[in-house]
Amino acid sequence: MGVCDENKFLITPRYMSILRLDKVTKRFKDHLAVDEVSFEVEQGTIFGMLGPNGAGKTTTIRIITTIMGPDSGQVYFQGELLNKKHPSLMGYLPEERGLYKRMKVGAHLIYLAQLRGLSVADATRKCKEMLDRFEALDWWNKKIEELSKGMQQKIQFIATIVHDPVLIILDEPFTGLDPINSSMIQDEIFRLRDKGTTIIFSTHRMEQVEEMCENIILINQGKNILQGNVKEIRNKYKEHLYKISYSGDLPKQFTDGLELVKSEDHTATFRIPNQGTPNVLLQYLINSGCQIHSFHEILPSINEIFIRQVKGISHE
Amino acid sequence: MSSSKIWIVAKREYLTRVQKKTFILVTLLTPIGIALFSVLVGFIMSAGSKSDQRVLIHDDTGIIREMATNDKNFPYQFSENDLNTLKEEYRSMGYDILVHIPALKDSASTHISASYYGEEKPSLALLESIESHLGDQIQAYRMRKSKIEQSLLDSFLADIELENGAMDPNDHSGSAATGKLNIIIGTALGALMGFLMYLVIFIYGGMVMRSVMEEKLSRIVEVMVSSVRPIYLMMGKLIGVGGVGLTQLALWAILIPILLIIAQAFLPGMDHSQLASVSSVSQVDQESLNGFSGQQIIQAIFNIKWWLILPVFVLFFLGGYFIYSSMFAAMGSAINEDMGEGQQLMLPIIIVVLIAFYMLFPVLSNPNGTLAIFASMFPLFSPIIMPARLAFDPPWWQIVVSIVLMLSTVWFFIWLTSRIYRVGILMYGKKATIREMIKWLRYSE
Repeated sequence: MGVCDENKFLITPRYMSILRLDKVTKRFKDHLAVDEVSFEVEQGTIFGMLGPNGAGKTTTIRIITTIMGPDSGQVYFQGELLNKKHPSLMGYLPEERGLYKRMKVGAHLIYLAQLRGLSVADATRKCKEMLDRFEALDWWNKKIEELSKGMQQKIQFIATIVHDPVLIILDEPFTGLDPINSSMIQDEIFRLRDKGTTIIFSTHRMEQVEEMCENIILINQGKNILQGNVKEIRNKYKEHLYKISYSGDLPKQFTDGLELVKSEDHTATFRIPNQGTPNVLLQYLINSGCQIHSFHEILPSINEIFIRQVKGISHE
Repeated sequence: MSSSKIWIVAKREYLTRVQKKTFILVTLLTPIGIALFSVLVGFIMSAGSKSDQRVLIHDDTGIIREMATNDKNFPYQFSENDLNTLKEEYRSMGYDILVHIPALKDSASTHISASYYGEEKPSLALLESIESHLGDQIQAYRMRKSKIEQSLLDSFLADIELENGAMDPNDHSGSAATGKLNIIIGTALGALMGFLMYLVIFIYGGMVMRSVMEEKLSRIVEVMVSSVRPIYLMMGKLIGVGGVGLTQLALWAILIPILLIIAQAFLPGMDHSQLASVSSVSQVDQESLNGFSGQQIIQAIFNIKWWLILPVFVLFFLGGYFIYSSMFAAMGSAINEDMGEGQQLMLPIIIVVLIAFYMLFPVLSNPNGTLAIFASMFPLFSPIIMPARLAFDPPWWQIVVSIVLMLSTVWFFIWLTSRIYRVGILMYGKKATIREMIKWLRYSE
């Protein structure tokens, strides 16, 4: 049984939860940093953790990575209560990150890989392999201080994934990266996800969340205020807005509760009342003699939902 | 598996420091500096003691002149020329000082006034030397006149020498004189080791603190703590820097004596006592060593139980280092950008170390007294005080108790400070106070 335990995550079905937080709470001297936060992360998905600065994201991550213990609540990793064996299965790229300036790239990567449990030989082989994949093998003998910030970022990303962790936690991994390096790392994240690795992705950059994450959690003031599947959330917060482009003239009057929100230069945005359907709008427009060129629903962006939710909470 | 990470961290901490150019330079230049310094001091001292000032004596009594002709060691010249002429001419004759001793009014007078003439003011040492040389001649003259033999005078003297009653009578080094020499050398050695411990605590403790601060401020710890538990990270650093300290001390222990021997070769006129007083940072009065030959001193140094003292010293070195540098690590973790804050936090540590340092002096003058025993047991003082007592053969049970207490304290302090460290390294912006740090101790792990 003991032998099988280590391989548990390999033989279980793909959509099991790799990580589950249950009412996790952490209090610092005078404020609640994390207040009964609960969520579950499916294995092999990219999970977005959103929230304004000081919302408690970093503290939550530190609890997951066992850097801190929760005051109350439980964390389960691969179905087991989180313990000291687990951090070696994780790779964490903190938002605030540094490297030893005087060390050489190769030596530094090997050092970090060794601390993540690799032997010197394995570490050397893996680090070279990774640097090669990131087109940076010729940096091997350069000192860290000779590298640009973006280059250092790549080194840190490599150090995070060098030991093949099953869970990778990336806190703002794209800050300071140019578009080419950004997409290089993004591709690597997708590649890892497709291999079955789970990624928790903490950021403020919403367009990336929409693009990359299947599920998200929105944390504000230590509380979990919104979570779920990105598509479902956008659907849930939709305002029944539809955008058309047309030729001819729009009717002057609308019935059935249809509302013209915005119109300019042959495009117009309408709001349909809750009980209405898109067909009502289309029918009305067609009947009024308009030529419809395109028609689509506008779903709120995660960014809009984020701002609305955070403001809504802080105004209460 | 995870504790092996301590060694990975320690190895990096050790190697990066030992390979630094500054480490190599400091390690090599310090012994060279000490050797050069001792040569320089040696020159200054020999130049000062052998005055090159020439003294001419005009003796109206005739006694001194008569007696001095029999004394080969008498260093001054005489002249019978007219005093007033001499006053004009002694400089052109090549003398710096002219001394005039008027005829004695009372041949039994115990107080004799004489005058000197000189362009430059002679040193006090020179005047005293002239006085004692002249006085010796008059005393010798009077003894001869009274038919008192030197041996008779000597037989009146009673020289009392205190000897250690417990000393092994079979010990060949156990003569009264070498017994005293052992004490002098023990004091010098004790002072040297105590002072060394004091330096070690500040040099390597400070090194630990700065490095913890740098790692915190450059956010390296953020990356590190996700794969290494903070206590292992701290332990690794302490072990690595401690290893650097041991390496440096070991190299110095080899290089300094070699270079001092080489330095001595450049100073043929220098005697052992000067070398001994230069090479040891001791407050031992140089005069007290003058009575012993170099042979005796070397013999006494060989008689010290090095096989016991050196390993025990290394143990106390490590104990003292771990106790204090773990505190420095905790302080370093609590400091933000502001260095002044750090100095404030360090003050309590500095005060404790200074108290221990100043205790060295009373302890060395009474190495088995109550204060010495207490201070060498109390774990915050013992790393400085116990090494200083080692050369005085303290009872073995005291050494054992002191080591046991110290090692328990090391264990306790590493546990205690690592609890502060793990919170401190991830805490930014808050001004850390001692009270705040005590609260950190209670944070859940």
